[in-house]
This record gives sequence, C-alpha cells and structure tokens, in this order.
Amino acid sequence: MQICFARRWRHCCFDAKMHVYNQCTFVIAKKELDMLRIEQLTKRYPTGDLALNGVDLEVPERQVVALIGPSGAGKSTLIRCINRLVEPTEGRIWLKDLEITRLHASGLRRARRRIGMIFQEYALVERLTVMENVLSGRLGYVGFWQSWFRRYPQSDIDAAFNLLERVGLVDYVDKRADALSGGQRQRVGIARALLQNPDLLLVDEPTASLDPKTSRQIMRLITELAREHGLPVVINIHDVPLARMFAQRIVGLRSGVIVYDGPPEALVADTLTTIYGEEDWTDSQRADEPDEPVEQELHLPQQALTASG
Amino acid sequence: MPVRISNGVKTWQRYDRASVLKQWAGWLATTVVVLFCWQLIAGATRWEFVADAPQQLAQFLSRAFPPRWSYMNQLWRPLWDTVNIATLGTIIGVAVAFPTAFLAARNTTPHPIIRPLALLIIVVSRSVNSLIWALLLVALLGPGILAGVIAIGLRSIGFVGKLFYEAIEETSIEPVEAIRATGASGMQVLSYAILPQVLPSFAGVTVFRWDINIRESTVIGLVGAGGIGLNLDAAINALQWSRAGMIFISIFVIVLLSEWISARVRKAII
Repeated sequence: MQICFARRWRHCCFDAKMHVYNQCTFVIAKKELDMLRIEQLTKRYPTGDLALNGVDLEVPERQVVALIGPSGAGKSTLIRCINRLVEPTEGRIWLKDLEITRLHASGLRRARRRIGMIFQEYALVERLTVMENVLSGRLGYVGFWQSWFRRYPQSDIDAAFNLLERVGLVDYVDKRADALSGGQRQRVGIARALLQNPDLLLVDEPTASLDPKTSRQIMRLITELAREHGLPVVINIHDVPLARMFAQRIVGLRSGVIVYDGPPEALVADTLTTIYGEEDWTDSQRADEPDEPVEQELHLPQQALTASG
Repeated sequence: MPVRISNGVKTWQRYDRASVLKQWAGWLATTVVVLFCWQLIAGATRWEFVADAPQQLAQFLSRAFPPRWSYMNQLWRPLWDTVNIATLGTIIGVAVAFPTAFLAARNTTPHPIIRPLALLIIVVSRSVNSLIWALLLVALLGPGILAGVIAIGLRSIGFVGKLFYEAIEETSIEPVEAIRATGASGMQVLSYAILPQVLPSFAGVTVFRWDINIRESTVIGLVGAGGIGLNLDAAINALQWSRAGMIFISIFVIVLLSEWISARVRKAII
C-alpha cells in the first residue's frame, strides 16, 4: 500500500476505500460550504515558537474529526485559534460564510456564541452551582445585569433542564461544581457548550483527566449529542484508540503541520510513526466496536492488530 | 558545577566553590554591619536611663492601677466612635480598592497604561501610615471623626487593593477561557469567571483589614482624629494615670474582641 501525505486531505490517496471516502466527502463539500474552513493558519507565539505552520483544514457539517498528535504539535493552539482564545498570526478561518479572523470585539463575541467548547480540566467555575455553570453557556445572549442577577429567560432554563436531563445530572442542579466527580464535571461542561446552541463543537482533550471507562462514556456522549444536534466536532485527543473508535476522520498534526488526514481505518503503524515518531505500534490498535457496552469492553486485553501497511 | 569526578568517584554538593565563598562573604559582611550598628547605638544611649526603667515601669503601673472603673461611663461613646471609624474606614477602603484591584491585576487590567496608575494609587496609600494620613486630614478637615474615617479609609485602599489584585492574578485561567469562549462580554467574564474565584479571599482580606483598623483607630485620636485616642491623649496630658489605665484596658478588650470576630468570620468563609 502506498502512502503519500498531502496537505489537502482530499488529495490523499490511500487505497480503494479511501478513494470512495474522498469522493463522497468531495461531493458534499461541493454542494455547500463547509461548516469550518481553515486556510494557511499560522501561529507563532511571542516566545518565537512556531505552533502552527500553514494549516489547511475543512470540516463539513456533521463530521466528527479527531485531531491527534504528540504533545506540543499544536493541537490545542489549532482549536483555540478557531474561537480566537489564541490569536492567529496568519491565515484565515471561516465559520460557514463568516470570516472569524476578520472580526473585532463584538462581532467576535457573536461568533463565539456559535462555537461551543469543551475543555480538558472541565474549566467549570467551581464555586458556582451546576445550573449557573450550564446557564453560563447563554452569557453571549443575555445582558450584563440579567446575567448578574441570574434572570435568564425561561426558554434558556427549559433548555438547561433538558440538557441536564440528557447528560444525567438533573438531580445535581443546585450542587456546587466542586462537589462533582470528574466525569460529572465534564458532563456539566458538555451541557454548557451545547446550551450555546452552537454550529460547531470544539473539544480539547476531553478525557485526559478521566479514567478509561468514564473517558469512553464521555466520548460517546459527546459524539451522540453532536449527532442529535447535527453538529460538526473537532476533538483534540491523545488517546488514539478512542479517536479511532469515535471519530469519522482523523487528522494527524506534527510540529504544526498536518501529516495525516483520512479515515480511522487507514491509520496504520506507518502513519502513527509519521505523526508521533518511531515506536512499535503493533499493540496499539484496539477493536473498533463502539456499540459494545463499556463495562464488558473495559477488561478486554487490547486486541493486537498487525498493520497491513 | 556541583558534580565533580575525582578518582573515578562522582561527588555531588549543593553549591559549587564560588557560591560557597560568596555566601561566606555575605554572612561576614552582615555580621560586621550588625556589630558596627550595635556599637553606634550603644554609644548614643544614656545607660543610666535604661538602668532605672524597671523602677519607672513600677511607678507607672502603681499610678495606673487600680484603674478608675467609674471612668468607663464616659468611655462607651468614644469606644463606639472607634469601632465606627474602623468600620466606615474599611468600607471606604474596600469600595475604592475593589475597582482599583481589577485595574491593577495583570490579567484583568483594561490597558497596560492604566495598570501603573492603579498601582500608584495602591503604593501611595500603602506608603503613608494611618497616623500620618490622620495628621494631614485633621489639618485639612479639622479634628473629629470624619478625618479619622477618611484616614483609615485611605490607608486601607493600599493594603486591601494589593491583596485583592494578587488574588485576582492567582485565579486559574481555565474558567476564564471557558466563559470567554461562550461569547460573554468582558464584564460578564469578570463576574462569572473571576469574581467567584476571588470572593473568599476578598472577604477574608476585608475582615482582616477591619481587625487591623480597629487597632489603628484607637491610635489616631492622638492627633485629634476622633475615637478613644482623644481620651487617651487627654488623660496622659493631664497625668491622670488611673484614667489612662482604664482606657488601656478597654482598648485591649475591644482589640481582643475584633480579633476573635475576624478569626471566626475567616474560618466560616474558608
């Protein structure tokens, strides 16, 4: 099997399966604008570190993209550039037809309302209650005094209750966030992001602080909710088997450059070496059965899968 | 280089030779300076005065005790004034320090030019003692409680402002990023992400400052800025030591009480 790495993922050629995959997404991409388009994105930090070097990426509607790569590859910088928590040095980013990189203060705030974000350390406000944390997802839609006195519109409160019900935390509404476990906190983070009613979900290492079982439940919850709401998702993730299991597309980042872009099935040992560097990958590929109950899968040994590449 | 190889044995020491020598030199210089100053002070002291200090103290105590308990009737009002000076001064100080701290904290300042201005307010307030502020204000506003309240308030701005802005700078960035990412405005980020993080330490600092202000407001009367210090000044000037003794006792009790209250409140918050 021949592997060539191209910048534009639709130009990648892997095998017949990959070819069909490309064709399909190409047709979709032709029909309408991608939800997220990134062009020649470059980020150089004031320290001189080049975190991103000319990244191009398109994410169509409803696609779950896992961004993998070694620490320091620029994954976090990339998704933080999308909602401009990190200011890009060069390049352009579009959310549908809105060029995010050209927006100023209030325009940027309005654009951020359309982009939900989930964080590694949950990033909840610990001393606020679960409900307050979830409702903070509506801050972009309410005025300062309204938010100060916690007078949210009833429709927001209804939506918050629905989401809390959906993530299984409806009994914790009045608990303070610091009284929750890691998995529960991440569920609050998910509810907060979705209460924004976003068009795009950015997820930064959602499972890095969680145990394996909770990690899988959280990943399942995120991808299920994204499907229910018809959202495209960009997930930064360290855990390659989890990425394989839950994402429809894998993007490999190394030193600020995209070095792999394709379906999870084509992610073989050679590709992992390209992304992460030399290592024995023979044991790294778990069975791809996302629908099997978590409890049973947990104690299974990792299934060895010899790379065919 | 703390690691050395001699005869094939790797040895490790915390400091290398040069820094050990520097430390010795530092200690030597400190000792010489201390001894020199000691000698200067000793030369300038009238030792016969120091020698009879115990007698002086005994005499002073014998005059002050027993305190004149009946004088307490006249002390309730100045004591109440003292507590009010401390409380109102603390409120003024906190009211000014609160916005100043947000302007001074590196992570919340609206503009890098505003930050030094806010820091200047804090430094000016901190570098002048309450008693000096009171002295100035008595000259400006005339003697009385008002001068005392403002003096205590001015001194509190710096203390409270500095501790407030340090608390703001120590907040974690994650909730701030998360709230910003929802499209919240700057003020909403402050109220939702920063304020809940700093509120406990803000409350603790406020109560602590109130406790300090009780002590300071017992003194500022000495320069005419109201409170029990006025009575103390009058009693000492008139050599009425039994009254002064009564005042000392009442100050002692009120300071103990304020410390007890502030300790309880801080415990409840944290």
